[in-house]
Amino acid sequence: MEQLKTIGRELAMGSQGAFGQSKEFLDLIKSIGESRSKAEEDRIVIREIETLKRRISEPDIPKRKMKEYIIRLLYVEMLGHDASFGYIHAVKMTHDDNLPSKRTGYLAVTLFLNDDHDLIILIVNTIQKDLKSDNYLVVCAALNAVCRLINEETIPAVLPLVVELLSHGKEAVRKKAVMALHSFHRKSSSSVSHLVANFRKRLCDNDPGVMGATLCPLFDLITDDPNPYKDLVVSFVSILKQVAEHRLPKSYDYHQMPAPFVQIKLLKILALLGSGDKSSSEHMYTVIGDIIRKGDSSSNIGNAILYESIRCVSSIYPNPKLLEAAADVIAKFLKSDSHNLKYMGIDALGRLIKLSPLIAEQHQLAVIDCLEDPDDTLKRKTFELLYKMTKSSNVEVIVDRMIEYMISISDDHYKTYIASRCVELAEQFAPSNHWFIQTMNKVFEHAGDLVNIKVAHNLMRLIAEGFGEDDDAAYSQLRSSAVESYLRIIGEPKLPSVFLQVICWVLGEYGTADGKHSASYITGKLCDMAEAYSNDEIVKAYAITALTKIYAFEIAAGRKVDMLSECQSLVEELLASHSTDLQQRAYELQAVIGLDARAVEAILPHDASCEDIEVDKNLSFLNDYIQQAIESGAMPYISENERSGAVSVSNFRSQDQQEPGQHGLRFEAYEVPKAPVPSKVTPVSLSSTTDLVPVSDSLYARETHQITSVGLSSDTGSSGLKLRLDGVQKKWGKPAYSSPASSSSNSTAQNPVNGMTKVDVAASVNSKVRDSYDSRKQQNEIDPEKQKLAASLFGGSTKPERRTSTSSKVPKANAGAADRSQDSKAAIVPNKASGDNSNQQPPPQDLLDLGEPNVTVAPPTVDPFMQLEGLLDPSISSTVSHSDSAVTNAPDIMGLYSGATSGEQSGGGYIPAGGDLLSGLSNAAAVRGTTGETIPSPVSQSVKGANAKDSLEKDAKVRQMGVTPTGQNPNLFRDLLG
Amino acid sequence: MISAVLVMNTQGKPRLAKFYEFRPVEKQQEIIRNVFAVLCSRPEHVSNFVDAESFFGPDARLVYKHFATLYFVFIFDGSENEFAMLDLIQVFVETLDKCFRNVCELDVVFNYSKMHTILDEIIFGGQVLETSSAEVLKAVEEITKLEAASSAINLVPKSVSSWRSR
Repeated sequence: MEQLKTIGRELAMGSQGAFGQSKEFLDLIKSIGESRSKAEEDRIVIREIETLKRRISEPDIPKRKMKEYIIRLLYVEMLGHDASFGYIHAVKMTHDDNLPSKRTGYLAVTLFLNDDHDLIILIVNTIQKDLKSDNYLVVCAALNAVCRLINEETIPAVLPLVVELLSHGKEAVRKKAVMALHSFHRKSSSSVSHLVANFRKRLCDNDPGVMGATLCPLFDLITDDPNPYKDLVVSFVSILKQVAEHRLPKSYDYHQMPAPFVQIKLLKILALLGSGDKSSSEHMYTVIGDIIRKGDSSSNIGNAILYESIRCVSSIYPNPKLLEAAADVIAKFLKSDSHNLKYMGIDALGRLIKLSPLIAEQHQLAVIDCLEDPDDTLKRKTFELLYKMTKSSNVEVIVDRMIEYMISISDDHYKTYIASRCVELAEQFAPSNHWFIQTMNKVFEHAGDLVNIKVAHNLMRLIAEGFGEDDDAAYSQLRSSAVESYLRIIGEPKLPSVFLQVICWVLGEYGTADGKHSASYITGKLCDMAEAYSNDEIVKAYAITALTKIYAFEIAAGRKVDMLSECQSLVEELLASHSTDLQQRAYELQAVIGLDARAVEAILPHDASCEDIEVDKNLSFLNDYIQQAIESGAMPYISENERSGAVSVSNFRSQDQQEPGQHGLRFEAYEVPKAPVPSKVTPVSLSSTTDLVPVSDSLYARETHQITSVGLSSDTGSSGLKLRLDGVQKKWGKPAYSSPASSSSNSTAQNPVNGMTKVDVAASVNSKVRDSYDSRKQQNEIDPEKQKLAASLFGGSTKPERRTSTSSKVPKANAGAADRSQDSKAAIVPNKASGDNSNQQPPPQDLLDLGEPNVTVAPPTVDPFMQLEGLLDPSISSTVSHSDSAVTNAPDIMGLYSGATSGEQSGGGYIPAGGDLLSGLSNAAAVRGTTGETIPSPVSQSVKGANAKDSLEKDAKVRQMGVTPTGQNPNLFRDLLG
Repeated sequence: MISAVLVMNTQGKPRLAKFYEFRPVEKQQEIIRNVFAVLCSRPEHVSNFVDAESFFGPDARLVYKHFATLYFVFIFDGSENEFAMLDLIQVFVETLDKCFRNVCELDVVFNYSKMHTILDEIIFGGQVLETSSAEVLKAVEEITKLEAASSAINLVPKSVSSWRSR
């Protein structure tokens, strides 16, 4: 379709008169094209700007020349240079009567100006005039400008004219008028609210193009509020039906598909209207079903419609038949070799998975393939899907994957996003504290500066509170493991500030708690840190506070403190710091060290970061003093509001409000009770403080706050932390740490501290748990095996959402497994495959009791997959036989897939019918002798099919060699066994 | 809604840039640079869709297609269908191809205003207007004819030229 530029062609272009470029312009473009560097290009463009500035202000420029200058200005601005000196000339050109000049003028102003630019005022008048023009091209050009240049204030000036154009004779004008109104609606919905009826009317326009254009504003209106348009459901459905049945003129076909963009818009509208509305949705089922059934998956646009139908199905009130049909289409998408279709498939899967969670299981391997695809877009889409299907059973694998990916990318925007996702999932589903802390550490280490500071506070709080576990041993173990991991991580270069803060705090609180590390070791580390990140004041503040705490604990424990010389120099440095905060902390450190053990213990008690600070809000200890003062003749305190009489007013008002209530029944709803203290200055009710001097609440708060801060000033940073932490919501773990409940046994069992506890429990009761554990463990060793991953990702679908306790989990999981195997059995058409498989079943005890080493015994003898492969067409088996659950569905899929393959063959890739045409053209062109860098019209990627086959073979080989222990995929056997 | 249409060559030089919502020139340049950086980092034979949120604001997606020395890029929001946008690029390129008979980068460069004329017939104010390249071509040809006519007979009174256009 295209050729390399050639000199001959350039010459031909030069002589082309139709667009009238001058030699100058050609030279400009050529020299820019040939420039080697950005600087050179800039030089050329700046020279051009100089020329244009000079020329454009010359008097009596011929129109054609002027037009070219404007185009050159546009070009200059497109290259990123300022062309504002020419704006006024562009505006002038719109006034021109000559059509090409006018059009160029409008083009230029729409590209140059914003709708609040000063020059707009000069154009509005012209637009008004042109909208009334009897040349439809002028009208169109003006409408184009209207869309872009008319803002909220100027809408009224043109609105009536545009509305008039809705009944223009030309179809093109009507269409554009509708769209111009749409742009008004976007800019200010109130300005056109009275015109909604017009949109409805245009829906019945004789011209399908106008009808199609009307769908755009209707879509927006319905997005805002679907309810007023429910009556249109029937009309939309019938329009969609007619379009889909080829009732429109042939000219609306696009690649044999009747008006696809109209269909897509309609499906989008129906999705909005049918969302959560059963009766509306019922009207749609038939037509959507028809569209899916007749869907043409060989062309790009056909797939677009299929995809839109799935979106619609997933949005409207669910219908099992449609869901099934949609699932079939998704299967087709996912099995395709085209990345675009896979992308759509994954996206659609994510939409459908909420409605039918089981659908993902048969696509396990496809999903995992997408996860390992070189295509970033596809990967991200897949993470999106995984995020949606995360459960406590697969959270570890998924979050691990996410972190792995997070480390590998450099795009900060997405890094932030995926880090927040990791945190969210970890907080919601974490199987154990230990895992949570490790995960958070990883997130902080690699994306620390991108995550919300709240997350750090949450983590510190978690380490401090330990989920309110009763078990002190596990609790302190958690802390010391955190300390250990931080001491290890500290050595890494360039840690993010947030993470360092967490580290400092944890080391300060718990660094010496378990007695493993000496105070001097920890303080040394802290000093190193403060020194290494000496320009980060927050980290320094955290570090010095941590030092204070460690020394305080030492003193309280009765040990003698000898400060390391580096600590001393750090303190000295901070004593003279410019930051008052750092200075204060340093002075506090000095002060604390000078105190005796009893005082220090009172100031900084050990492990008290989660204790609440009790504050006597009533200041009851002052009562005696006040009493004395009053007795000796002092005036009692009168609150500020009382003094200004505000109380009496509000009292009256409240009386007024109550009065009607005494006379009879009240029929109106009660008002929302107003808080007695609407603002900070309103008083507390006086009656309650009989023996106290009445003081307003806010005053209390302020005073107590001051008191606490005074009292705590020696308490330094840790108290600051405590206060900050209080505001942080605890998002996961038990809802309240005051009620530890039965969780302790659970989490201790699951803390894979020594690895074996978990395996024991799991292996003896439930192979599924072990399965996920195994896979996790081995992921680090070799390139992760897909099936394993699949099993761990999808395996636990029937598990309860949160692990409550080991004992309750077992029966449920088993029941789930049984259920599933029943399902799959039902799905099996009695065929040879199932028979074979049942012969191969290893006795279940093998799986459970023998552990990893000897599970390899069973499968290599006869491989069920190999047999299956014989049964199925090779192209099918290559995809199907990977997946355990898919095997059971093989008969269904076979039919589906053969359909898909035939479709792919005829489709051949992304350019549908038109592709042939274009490639034909390009071939012809190449023959003509121009240097033929023709575009390879996207060829079907059927070559890729071999990959699936290869991997299957590899898989089979691996199995036969017994390398892969089946223990890693017990799902397979459970399904087969029943 | 479609928020921008970009055409750039494989060296990252913009050949056509149309933003349907106003962006200052510097911002436009930044977007063009970002888009190019994303596009040239993508391996071959991957999907044509890219998430554009990081440089174009929330919910922005990008569909691109690579033809010889040119990238055609559409940026749009969630109210459009990605596949359909891919086809719209196809419509655009097909139309260009028909219009310039084997379009190449140079046609795009030299016929800046005509490119815009064509694009305006396909996308209007950020919404899809026409998807049949034959229809677009017809409209564009008519415009060209009338423009030529009005330049040629500039002296003819306006009413006559508009009579001719009916």
